[in-house]
Amino acid sequence: MTMPQSETMAIQVSADVVLVRQAVRQFAVELGFGLVDQTKIVTAASELARNTLNYGGGGTATLEMLQENGRRGLRLTFEDQGPGIPDLELALKDGYTTGGGLGMGLSGAKRLANEFAIESVVGKGTRVTIVRWK
Amino acid sequence: MMSTSKIPDILQTYEADLLTEWHQSLATTHAQKGLIKEAELKEECREFLKLLRLAVQQGNLTNLQAAEWRELRELLTSISRSRSHKGFTPSETAIFVFSFKQPLFDRLRQQLHDPTELSQEIWTATTLLDQLGLLAVEAYQKAREDVIRRQQEELMELSTPVVKLWEGILALPIIGTLDSARTQVVMESLLQKIVETGSEVAIIDITGVPTVDTLTAQHLLKTVTAARLMGADCIISGIRPQIAQTIVYLGIDLTDVITKATLADAFLMALKRVGAAITRNQAK
Amino acid sequence: MERIPILQMGDFLLVTIQVDMHDRLAMTLQDDLTNRITQTHAQGVLIDISALEIVDSFIGRILGNIAKMSRVLDAETVVVGMQPAVAITLVELGLSLTGVRTALNVEKGMALLQAALHATATSSFTATEGLSNDDAAV
Repeated sequence: MTMPQSETMAIQVSADVVLVRQAVRQFAVELGFGLVDQTKIVTAASELARNTLNYGGGGTATLEMLQENGRRGLRLTFEDQGPGIPDLELALKDGYTTGGGLGMGLSGAKRLANEFAIESVVGKGTRVTIVRWK
Repeated sequence: MMSTSKIPDILQTYEADLLTEWHQSLATTHAQKGLIKEAELKEECREFLKLLRLAVQQGNLTNLQAAEWRELRELLTSISRSRSHKGFTPSETAIFVFSFKQPLFDRLRQQLHDPTELSQEIWTATTLLDQLGLLAVEAYQKAREDVIRRQQEELMELSTPVVKLWEGILALPIIGTLDSARTQVVMESLLQKIVETGSEVAIIDITGVPTVDTLTAQHLLKTVTAARLMGADCIISGIRPQIAQTIVYLGIDLTDVITKATLADAFLMALKRVGAAITRNQAK
Repeated sequence: MERIPILQMGDFLLVTIQVDMHDRLAMTLQDDLTNRITQTHAQGVLIDISALEIVDSFIGRILGNIAKMSRVLDAETVVVGMQPAVAITLVELGLSLTGVRTALNVEKGMALLQAALHATATSSFTATEGLSNDDAAV
């Protein structure tokens, strides 16, 4: 079965995070990622999906297969209409020692991806995009 | 379409002379290098000439991908490969073909007196031989690339074997510089072997690693941490004095890592860790 | 509600995680384990994660919590069977799982628990505690 080139999923409940993980895994396998790379991108997706749910109040995850300059990649975009992140710099610091929460997810996902971008407006919402190349 | 070329006839009629002239011109340059025996060179020329004649006699002098050119292409590929292995340069390999132009053009000038016809035939001959020359160079390149790739694979295998030293003890002697890509492979392979063999101790020996930069040290540390997370311990052995200095100078923190100067020391420690010991037999 | 089964084996509790857990399931496991330890006076907990293909920061925290809580209840926890890809990813994530003892498989994990049971507090030789540079005592 060939995967669609892109897919958008809702993240509204805890079980949706698992579904996102599984979808990301399928896309990664289809793209021919090795096991370690698969694990990294799925773990990053898990972190970001959780943030979208717990901090963003729910939102969407969009998975896209990329083909650029002869290499293949997977782009994941997580969007919510939540409260937004007031201090991005602080949030991106390795916050795991303080007990996790938002900090861990963002900085962790950033380390596991090749490309990372985040936009957030207080009161409007947040969009995080990560890309992992084969 | 195109008037029949006179080249096939000329190759047929003057084959012996062409061979001699061509071989002579090659022999002088090739003899200097001493990389190929004269008899072998003559044989290559003779074979080339024969297959060239057979191919042009089919009438197609422009499309070298056609079936009638296959044998000549194969011969040229084989000659180029052999040249690359013998140590000839790509130019020297191409000259094998290009040097045939002179004898051929001489014959064409002798036999053809119509200027238009002569220039047409010279053009045909030159484009034909150019294509063959390029083919030779490409085959040479490919042969070189194949050698490099094979050597890289062998080196990769040779330099990152995971060895079982004892029940529960693995050793990974690393030779050469660790770049990012290689370290990933090495790391994964070691961790996989740890799971497969159920070994609780892995000795990473870096005696054969000439230099360690921050990135390499980080990779090593990551491997140690990952193994630890899985339930195995790593001992790093073979740290040379220069590397020890570099590590301190770079500010890399090795306090959580077990290190031993030699593989032997590391092995003894590992044995203790798995509950074994080596004893010497009481003699007579 | 679905829960992860907890088996009792003598003085120890054995948990095998075989599903991709969502957060609530993981938190339920944490509660269930804490209750079971108290009920059974278990001396040790063995968590088998050999089927887990993903361990993210949340699961990592849960494992850490379980270890801490068990210790408070006088039981040791050992996590066994971490897959190499998971270990590599955790390192990349920066999760160190300090305080969580690990072993390669159930057999070794059990041995660890037994040893901890019969040993004094200082002679542990688990990976995550970090060995000193002297030869490790067995």
